[in-house]
Amino acid sequence: MTKREIDSVTGVETTGHVWDGDLKELNKPLPRWWLYVLYATIVWAVGYWIVYPAWPTLNDTYTKGMFDYSQRGEVSKEVTAGKAAQAKYFELIAATPVAEIEKNQELLPFVMAGGAAVFGDNCGPCHGKGGGGAVGYPNLNDDDWLWGGTADQIEHTIQYGIRSGHPETRDMAMPRFGLDGILKPAEIVDAAQFVLSLSGKSTDASAADRGKKIFADNCAACHGEDGKGNQDMGAPNLTDGIWLYGGKLENVEKTIETGRGGVMPYWTGRLDPVTIKMLAAYVHSLGGGK
Amino acid sequence: MNMMNRTSDIATETPGGYAGRQKVYPKLAHGTFRKLKWGVMIVTLGIYYLLPWLRWDRGPNLPDQAFLLDFANQRLFFGPIEIWAQELYYITGVLILSALGLFLVTAVAGRVWCGYACPQTVWTDLMITVERFWQGDRNARMRLDSSPWTFEKVWKKTGTHITWLLIGLATGGALVFYFRDAPTLARELVTGDAPAIAYAFMGIFAGTTYLLGGIAREQVCIYMCPWPRIQGAMFDRDSLLVTYRDWRGEPRGPHKKGQAWAGRGDCVDCTACVTVCPMGIDIRNGSQLECIQCALCIDACDDIMTKVGRPQGLIAYDTFRNVEAPSHEQRVPVRIIRPRTLAYTGLMLLVGGLMLTAWLNRAVLEVNVLHDRNPMFVQLSDGGLRNGYVVKLLNKEHDTRRVRLKLADLDGAQLQIVGFQEADPVIDIVPDNLRALKVFVTVPSALRDKLNGSSTPFRFEVIDATDGSILDHDATFRGPANE
Repeated sequence: MTKREIDSVTGVETTGHVWDGDLKELNKPLPRWWLYVLYATIVWAVGYWIVYPAWPTLNDTYTKGMFDYSQRGEVSKEVTAGKAAQAKYFELIAATPVAEIEKNQELLPFVMAGGAAVFGDNCGPCHGKGGGGAVGYPNLNDDDWLWGGTADQIEHTIQYGIRSGHPETRDMAMPRFGLDGILKPAEIVDAAQFVLSLSGKSTDASAADRGKKIFADNCAACHGEDGKGNQDMGAPNLTDGIWLYGGKLENVEKTIETGRGGVMPYWTGRLDPVTIKMLAAYVHSLGGGK
Repeated sequence: MNMMNRTSDIATETPGGYAGRQKVYPKLAHGTFRKLKWGVMIVTLGIYYLLPWLRWDRGPNLPDQAFLLDFANQRLFFGPIEIWAQELYYITGVLILSALGLFLVTAVAGRVWCGYACPQTVWTDLMITVERFWQGDRNARMRLDSSPWTFEKVWKKTGTHITWLLIGLATGGALVFYFRDAPTLARELVTGDAPAIAYAFMGIFAGTTYLLGGIAREQVCIYMCPWPRIQGAMFDRDSLLVTYRDWRGEPRGPHKKGQAWAGRGDCVDCTACVTVCPMGIDIRNGSQLECIQCALCIDACDDIMTKVGRPQGLIAYDTFRNVEAPSHEQRVPVRIIRPRTLAYTGLMLLVGGLMLTAWLNRAVLEVNVLHDRNPMFVQLSDGGLRNGYVVKLLNKEHDTRRVRLKLADLDGAQLQIVGFQEADPVIDIVPDNLRALKVFVTVPSALRDKLNGSSTPFRFEVIDATDGSILDHDATFRGPANE
């Protein structure tokens, strides 16, 4: 053993380590029980191996522990418990006509919360998380509906989609008046001016006047004589302030030239009927429901 | 041999990385500070054991325990004060006040908390008293420990440990009463109907009280507690600390009766100060991390000084400023009021004032308004504009509140609450509850010109349907920017 060195100032033994030539550390040992606590924690750790799943084994599995515990199992237990807690609401939704759901004070908070979650996952990518929509993707918060805004009509739209290929789908589309040569470019401009005049936004009165007849011949069949649209055919109301593809002259001209036929997928088969019902009630509650 | 301090002594015995504990046998002191410590012990333990039994009438359906931490219902009850889970910042405030109070007393008079009031100190003191009851004072205990295992030693040790365990059990037993109605829980504990967690915590606290107060004692302060490490920053030259006045005591040495005192110090090296020390240190080595400043050495030394006919106060509360003074003819006056203590006091007043203001303005009905983020506003087909909000109403009373919701400062706007068919409905908010309402505000086309562009401020008014009192909350109506 090396010779012990006592620090002259404090009278305490040093550890014998020297830094920078003269810097020494006093030997101030920890109590021995501190070390025993470390040993105790090691023993405790071994206890973990016995109680909980711990080691992989050679036959591609692992030591299971004493209580068959697994985090995945805990999660699935929680999920099962959560589903069980939701079950009574789903049963109630299934038993309630979709238009009545909103009036049920007990169901409403559940439908709002559950509907918002399902909407965010499935509808949000196109319609926006709050259903605010975008150009070509309808805003579901307003009171303007292409295919009807009652809870039942909304449920039908969600079930079968629009131009989705499902046999029950809502399927009418606007023809390509320009591309298919039905109308000449000048007629399209006139028709567009007339359409804008329906909401008082026309910029050329004589063109709008010329467009009136073109509209009556080509457009009124779906959009109606007065341009107020027809929800049976998905033909939008052209007299209000809401424009799915933009309400400027060039937007309307483009619409007449190329036609419009946005697609919404059908959800029947992908979402269960109760979820679709919940979703319909949620969309209806966004503020524009009829 | 002049021991420099305890740890150095151990270090020379054990060259390894760890040292064995040198057991401390504190001798019973008599005097002012011992009496003070008995008093503090009786008061603090009395509060701890009895507080949960104090009753407080809060009316029906509410616990009548004055001091109750009702975790199950997320409520804390302190007499007339009731704190909800989301108001835990009041507890944070109390903790800040406590910390500042600790700083203040430490700046004024050193580790008073450690020496008198810390639970570790109080319980250790109690455990030592028990030990003294069973095994006698310092010398008897040292003799007993070094003696072989006789029948006497066995029953004395057994008695000590059993009493410690019973004290531990009482400590854990008292703790659980803070979390559940005490009389009910006491009955349940006896009949075995108490929740498992109550037994578990009784066990944990019985064990830790026995271990930390009975067995580990001073080691908790030296090795586990962070507070001694912070002390250095809390003292200054004006703090009153338990001090050995070396200018008076040195040179020390044994003194025979009748011998002259000239040319020597007052310290007769009797080590009375060392034997009473619960931390096992020698105060004459100056300020030390281990010293909890319990002042028992002052009592012990004053006793001896009286006996040898010298003035008391060889060990006393004193300041560094006085200790380091070039002359001790006159005592350097103690400055209690100084920038440091003023700053701590000021901070305490500030925090206390803020808490009091917050408490006095605490609403029993809270309103929060969240504006929809997507979409910010909705253009309606008739040219009107609509905004969506979630209005959250929090009723902190123990009665149902009936309120109406109205708009203010937004002329002509219509309010619609989802789930209510009628206009201007009365909304019930059940006690202790939050009700979130989805609300639509519509500004008709004709009034859009009055809007202030993309953002118009207005208010939601929550009107109590019973007494008509109004609570309002600011909100903003969004729209397209003015073109």
